[in-house]
Amino acid sequence: MRAAPPAPAVSARGLRKRFGAAEAVRGVDLEIAPGECYGLLGPNGAGKTTTLRLVLGLAEPDGGEIRLLGLPVPARAREARAAVGVVPQADSLDPDFTVAENLLVYGRYFGLRDAAIRARVPALLEFAGLAGRADQPIRALSGGMKRRLALARALVNDPRLLVMDEPTTGLDPQARHLVWERLRRLALEGRTLLLTTHFMEEAERLCSRVAIMDGGRIIAEGAPRELIARHIEPQVLEVHGPGLERWLARARGLVPRVERAGETAFCYGTDVAAALADVAAEPDLLYLHRPANLEDVFLKLTGRDLRD
Amino acid sequence: MRRARLYALPTLSRRLVPVWRRNFLVWRKLALPSILGNLADPLLMLFGLGYGLGAVIGTLEGTSYFAFLAGGFLASSTMYAATFEALYSAFSRMHVQRTWEAIVNAPMELEDVLAGEWLWAATKGFAAGACMFAVVSALGLARWPAALGALAAVGLVGLAFAALGLAINALATGYDFFNYYLTLVLTPMMMLSGVFFPVEQLPTALAALAQALPLYHGIELVRPLLAGRAPQAPLAHAAALAAYALVGYYLAAVLTRRRLLV
Repeated sequence: MRAAPPAPAVSARGLRKRFGAAEAVRGVDLEIAPGECYGLLGPNGAGKTTTLRLVLGLAEPDGGEIRLLGLPVPARAREARAAVGVVPQADSLDPDFTVAENLLVYGRYFGLRDAAIRARVPALLEFAGLAGRADQPIRALSGGMKRRLALARALVNDPRLLVMDEPTTGLDPQARHLVWERLRRLALEGRTLLLTTHFMEEAERLCSRVAIMDGGRIIAEGAPRELIARHIEPQVLEVHGPGLERWLARARGLVPRVERAGETAFCYGTDVAAALADVAAEPDLLYLHRPANLEDVFLKLTGRDLRD
Repeated sequence: MRRARLYALPTLSRRLVPVWRRNFLVWRKLALPSILGNLADPLLMLFGLGYGLGAVIGTLEGTSYFAFLAGGFLASSTMYAATFEALYSAFSRMHVQRTWEAIVNAPMELEDVLAGEWLWAATKGFAAGACMFAVVSALGLARWPAALGALAAVGLVGLAFAALGLAINALATGYDFFNYYLTLVLTPMMMLSGVFFPVEQLPTALAALAQALPLYHGIELVRPLLAGRAPQAPLAHAAALAAYALVGYYLAAVLTRRRLLV
């Protein structure tokens, strides 16, 4: 007899949430298998954070059904959160405590004994690259260290699922790469990862599956490569500089699809070699030839207008 | 949020303990200035007014004016300490530092956080009253063992003002908001509740108003017990304080849910 497929780590059907007149989440379906790294992408105000709050049982949905690690939410959300770690968007570390005290105090909220937490602290700090800083005050930490401490804090209960709201926003490239590396390690350990981000590069590197949200809905879902293959031409040529209009008028026939963003033209195609050779001969034009990425998909689906 | 959940009676769970302990750990690091702050203000007032005015007034209700004031300040310093903790400190944790937000990401309910904050602010109030009590005892103004009853009454005063403070906290838009409560509610209450002079001195209408105030009931318990006398109608005063504590906490729970559980 075949074993039944494992219950999803997160499942949501027809999720809805309104704030006054505005509907922030308008019918979201999610199904995240154990061990997946799932990314929620979307512009500001797309409903990513609200979706996470609903999944964690921190807000009551106006419609839909949620199960978190197999338990119904919000009815049994508190129990479900015992096996979940959360890295919130805003830094909510305790500024009055040292690094180790932050972990100790947080572990107590899970009903863990002091001795058990203290025994875990060195490994957590080692993981977060904060070994030797146990007794430092929070204000002595850099932004990257604080983020890593928030990650260590989310691991204090050895969670099966890690929920992260923009885990690398505001970090410099070094710090971001370090966090990515740690998240990969957590995924290798078999934990489920659910994160929001608006760094497409982050989603492309980390996530086995992503959902693009806009206006409270999921408008596309799949593995990053699959989304790129489904929604966009594989080659991109970005061109800008004086004489762009003239060149575009002449080269129009060389690329099947051109998108304009201000003074830059994005030329998409399966083969852009002819356009590339042509633009290289123009001394005034600057250009970049690259493979299409998730950001191209994202911008195609959600538009290039600013979201505030 | 569904109405039933918004207006449900709050439950008390043991999960409030780690919240209380979190605040206690912070306080332990800042204990000395905190105790000094709790003591300095009321003691300066007590010695200034007690000796200065006391020389003019002589005795009041059969005791020295200093002893009369001591009973009043025991209750009012408790009121202020519990209130400040439930206003400014709780607001910092709720709104500025996002400590509450971090806690409810763990297997904790908002009610657990609120209950921990309630007992913690009451503890701060009690500690302020107990510090005053120690000084007053050292001056020989406490009559044992009845004076221990005054400490119990101080505990009730702490619970009542901690609960009321948390209800105000749930409405606050910023730290300045608390000025309304402090100047429009607590300062008049301090004047009307018999801290400085017996309530009977007030015009009848004001005296009736005074008798509805929680601080009045606290003082009616603390002052006689401190002097070793039995209070008049102790159960009624204790019941009034308990009612302020419980109704105030219910109000705090509903208002806090309305603010945060959206």
